[in-house]
Amino acid sequence: MPLEYQNIFTRVQVHGPAPNPGVPLPAGDEARIGKGTFVHLLGRFGEAQLGPIYLGRLGLLSIVCGLIAIVIIGLNMWASVNWDPIQFVRQFFWLALEPPPPHYGLRIPPLQDGGWWLMAGFFLTASILLWWLRTYRRARALGLGTHVAWAFASAIWLYLVLGFIRPVLMGSWGEAVPFGIFPHLDWTAAFSIRYGNLFYNPFHALSIVFLYGSTLLFAMHGATVLAVSRYGGERELDQTIDRGTAYERAALFWRWCMGFNATSESIHRWAWWFAVLTPLTGGIGILLTGTVVDNWYLWAVKHGFAPMYDPVVPGGVVDPLLAAGR
Amino acid sequence: MSKKKDFDLVSTVGWTAIAVLGVAAAFFLASTFERPPVTAIQWGNRGTAMELVYNPRTVARELPRHAVPPKEEEVDKSGIPSREAYQNVQVLGDLDSAEFLRLMNAITAWVSPQQGCTYCHNPENLAEDSVYTKIVTRKMLQMTRVINDSWQAHVGQTGVTCWTCHRGQPVPAYVWATDPPQAQRRTRGLMNTAAGQNTVSTAAGLSSLPTDPFTPFLLEDKQIRVTTTWTPMSVGDNRMSIKQTEWTYALMFHFSAATGANCTFCHNSQNFGKWEGSTPQRVTAWHGIAMVRAINNDWIVPLTPLWQENPKGPPEAGAAAALVRLGPMGDAMKVNCLTCHQGAHRPLLGARMLADYPELNAVSLSPIPLRAAMR
Repeated sequence: MPLEYQNIFTRVQVHGPAPNPGVPLPAGDEARIGKGTFVHLLGRFGEAQLGPIYLGRLGLLSIVCGLIAIVIIGLNMWASVNWDPIQFVRQFFWLALEPPPPHYGLRIPPLQDGGWWLMAGFFLTASILLWWLRTYRRARALGLGTHVAWAFASAIWLYLVLGFIRPVLMGSWGEAVPFGIFPHLDWTAAFSIRYGNLFYNPFHALSIVFLYGSTLLFAMHGATVLAVSRYGGERELDQTIDRGTAYERAALFWRWCMGFNATSESIHRWAWWFAVLTPLTGGIGILLTGTVVDNWYLWAVKHGFAPMYDPVVPGGVVDPLLAAGR
Repeated sequence: MSKKKDFDLVSTVGWTAIAVLGVAAAFFLASTFERPPVTAIQWGNRGTAMELVYNPRTVARELPRHAVPPKEEEVDKSGIPSREAYQNVQVLGDLDSAEFLRLMNAITAWVSPQQGCTYCHNPENLAEDSVYTKIVTRKMLQMTRVINDSWQAHVGQTGVTCWTCHRGQPVPAYVWATDPPQAQRRTRGLMNTAAGQNTVSTAAGLSSLPTDPFTPFLLEDKQIRVTTTWTPMSVGDNRMSIKQTEWTYALMFHFSAATGANCTFCHNSQNFGKWEGSTPQRVTAWHGIAMVRAINNDWIVPLTPLWQENPKGPPEAGAAAALVRLGPMGDAMKVNCLTCHQGAHRPLLGARMLADYPELNAVSLSPIPLRAAMR
């Protein structure tokens, strides 16, 4: 059956007789929780072994802060449907915890007027930063590079720009994003409308390039490795120093297709940089919006890259407010 | 090898999951997407995606909603003005008395076809002003005349008649009232208020945008324009916030629903604020905003005490007693774009109904002080 060779679903699970407890932890680290167990279903998606988990002080604090934020957001959402559980579920995607009205500026507003938003934001940010420290510390504890932590930091940068740095520069908490599913999407659309179409923001454009580029790279890389897995292609990093037939075939495939190929190590650098640059450039774009540039379309006109069109009707349309003033 | 197959938990779970996902996907497809065909009409320059999108099935289904009632038969003039033929004729006195009766018949057909004359008149004495709806009608006749005379920037030569809003109902079907403050409506005590949004907004296309964009823009005169159109840079002269933008956005949703058209009917989405790239329809809509605001403030709101005294309508209201005449805050049901447009970018698909009823242009605008009229 040809599908057999396409290798797109996990068909084999390999594991030892007992869960692997992991390497010994350095002195001062807390013990891991549990001994670990095997779960067949998990093995269909990833490693069959679940646990042991390292929680530690940072992890625990991060989870506590995150829970506080989620509870604040959730209770405020629930209150907004008068504690009706059915309406809470039914309208869940519409509900939100809204930032303070703009007239408060950067002052601390009353609880019901955005104070809860500020508090939820504080705890969520604390939780995220603690979790960042955890990714950094766990990587060091295992003797790894800190690539994951810095990639995560890039996402945190965008989060902080949206919810903290830009509102502070604009002088108003009201500029920040609400916590809610549809409300944050409405916020995004309104943000683009207010600032004259974000598509003309070059950093927004860069961010999209890296985002779509990331999916393309992910698909190309994943497909390539799966395609050569019958020759042992998943042992990618071995092949950095010991190229075998899987590597050579994959490399040849891409050289035939587009004349150039990444290597089994450089492809991961491509992936890392594309992923990191997506929120990094996006964050710069958001940071400049309203603080430096107020209308991206006019900015694009000024710099000569917005296309100009003939008026829809001969002579064009004139602002009736100006026409009245004439 | 045993012939009896063991119960395979994983594949049972797997197939069940696939079946559930399949049903969910089918439901999603059927309930989310509109079946073709779709007709697109180019509405602006190539490459600007300015187009009107219609589904012929939807258009056909909506046609009856925009139908015009049969024309009231024309009459020969009697030669006697109605102020001489009848008593207490305040705004139609100059009209020929035969045409006066024609107009009365037409108004009955347009506004109170079920209830007939007695919706506004005391059958014992038609001249008497004892039924409040007669006073309302008088003001509405004057309003119609003002719209047709002074708001041609919006209504053009097509104009409006009572039918444009009423469509055979004593209270037009699409009217609105001010939302109660959220503190009363949904949140309590210390919990967060939601700034007029973050619930299902029927006014704004079921989005989570503000639920009442009408009060600030179609009753009050809050600023609708949010985009900086005079400079690309932030120089501190435009303090409109993203929240304010959401209110404007909600109003625009309403325009779209009311006219059955998308954003690009009026705007070049390249830059919504820019007038140069807009269509002439945007200018018409701009006058429409001012017109609706004037209708609500000059004609509807002053009549509020009459509806407050008669929330169930006049004594002969019949089934119309159930119609909502007051909002939750005790304010009158007011007018927005949907009241006339009802999903068509030209109400009644542009039918020139007013031309068949020149009587409506004979309404006298000589001011009757409202309080006096209400006695």
